[in-house]
Amino acid sequence: MSESPDTSPRGLAAALTRKHAALSIAFDAELPARGVTALFGPSGAGKTSCLRMIAGLDRNASGTLSLGDETWQDSRRGLFTPPHRRRVGYVAQAPGLFDHLDVAGNLDFGWRRAGRPTHLNREALIDQFGLRALLVRRVGALSGGERQRVAIVRALLSDPTLLLLDEPLSALDGAAREDLLGRLEGLHARLAIPMIYVSHAIDEVARLADHIVLLDAGRVVAQGPLNATITRLDLPPALIEAAGAILEGVVTAHDPTDHLTELTFDGGVLLLPEARANVGDRLRCRIAARDVVLAAERQIGSSALNQLACRVIAVGDADHPSQCLVQLDAGGTVLLARITRRSSRTLELRRGGSVWAQVKAVALGA
Amino acid sequence: MAGLSSEDLEAFGLTLRLAATVTLLLILIGAPLAWWLARTNSGFQRLVAAVVALPLVLPPTVLGFYLLLLLGPQGAVGQLMSRLGLSLLPFTFGGLVVGSMLYSLPFVVQPLQNAFEAIGEERLEAAACLRAGPIDRFWSIAMPVAVPGIVTAAVLGFAHTVGEFGVVLMIGGNIPGQTRVLSMRIYDHVEAGDYAQAHTLSICLLAFSFAALLAMTLLRPRLRAHV
Repeated sequence: MSESPDTSPRGLAAALTRKHAALSIAFDAELPARGVTALFGPSGAGKTSCLRMIAGLDRNASGTLSLGDETWQDSRRGLFTPPHRRRVGYVAQAPGLFDHLDVAGNLDFGWRRAGRPTHLNREALIDQFGLRALLVRRVGALSGGERQRVAIVRALLSDPTLLLLDEPLSALDGAAREDLLGRLEGLHARLAIPMIYVSHAIDEVARLADHIVLLDAGRVVAQGPLNATITRLDLPPALIEAAGAILEGVVTAHDPTDHLTELTFDGGVLLLPEARANVGDRLRCRIAARDVVLAAERQIGSSALNQLACRVIAVGDADHPSQCLVQLDAGGTVLLARITRRSSRTLELRRGGSVWAQVKAVALGA
Repeated sequence: MAGLSSEDLEAFGLTLRLAATVTLLLILIGAPLAWWLARTNSGFQRLVAAVVALPLVLPPTVLGFYLLLLLGPQGAVGQLMSRLGLSLLPFTFGGLVVGSMLYSLPFVVQPLQNAFEAIGEERLEAAACLRAGPIDRFWSIAMPVAVPGIVTAAVLGFAHTVGEFGVVLMIGGNIPGQTRVLSMRIYDHVEAGDYAQAHTLSICLLAFSFAALLAMTLLRPRLRAHV
């Protein structure tokens, strides 16, 4: 991560445990002071429990928790800051809107209690999340997407020092989901505070997160910068389905005839189905491990539009005995390929050996 | 049926004053109590809930009798009050208020408790994460959301106080203008063989009780639609 940890502000530092009959949670994580951290794991991994411990909603959590220089919890010293003093903006899966108030009343609930902070642009937030026309509505009449948007802006207006979102897209259908995801991308670009985003959908993580904490069966199994972590070879079986590279590049051209977008990144150039982005925009792209074909030579006459020259970093086990995971270095960007052991043997893959990674442009569609 | 005498009207006014006082005090005391009952994990919760519910099953005369002993000149509370220079409560309006409050307590606390329990954690937790402390949450979330429950509690508490007899008989006596409430007055009329007067007052109470229940059922769905 940061090269000089002394000067960079400290983010969230958590060492929390919770004994529970069904699932014991051990949440040990160090998160950066800025950007979006995805809390990722299969259903039942304890993601929501972790968020609740961070927000201070779980009195049975013990251990230490701090954000920057502020300590919120230290069980050995008997310190427990209640949620209303933590300045955490928590948007739960069921967002708990106040149905005795209208939308504006909901938005202003935390804002008034925070002393109407002038550095928060209430009007701009209302516009960014498309709530202008809804302000006088009662919350009972809102759609699922509208409810989530109200809850997110309500949390932001309470002037939090940390934003927690618990699967805000899980209850939404196609169009509403895409709409909110786009707004969250916009928020990500502007947000000055750290955000923890709980999800079990890797495509959301690919678009929003900078950093990732992988959770399985109540414990943290890996954490770190997004691509470096999601391309590790030692992920537990429950998470291996998410394995793959998430790379960020700059849109360098559009081909209107073939409806393709050209994305230039450290390791080369990728063609993908036409993306809604302008030339010069930064764009993320996820290459799932199972969508990568390896070849010894650059192929001529292949339908795969993308061929990247790579070097083999390491070969590891996949979750099926017939397969293995190959970690590749494409000009400084780590990619992952899931291939059969037989192919690996045929290709004589060795650490440091060169190989071509083929990726169908079709597989990169949003 | 016959017209209302001035004494009947006096009893009427006294009953309304008593019921209004008792209802107001019970909402004020009952709301925090019901809030605690709805939210606590304390081991005393069941015990307190049972004590609150006791008047539901206790004969009112028993309640009144023990109150009379307790508040009287030989009772613990009575002795404490005379030592503090306060006048004794039995056979006063104050005594009626205390007795009625105890007797009507479950009718106010239980609807309030149900209303508070129905609020659910999501909204209260959301409020906590929006910087609202516990007392703030009670006033800004719990009370407004529980309005239908508060209305029910008030109507039940009021109507129940208007109709009580046994406790009044024991601790209030039958002092005109002080403790002679409607139910006592009806009893007096019947004792005196004046059925016509008893009828008038009884019809009034019957109509009132029915109107209270009707108002409650009419108000509830409308309030819920709003909330």
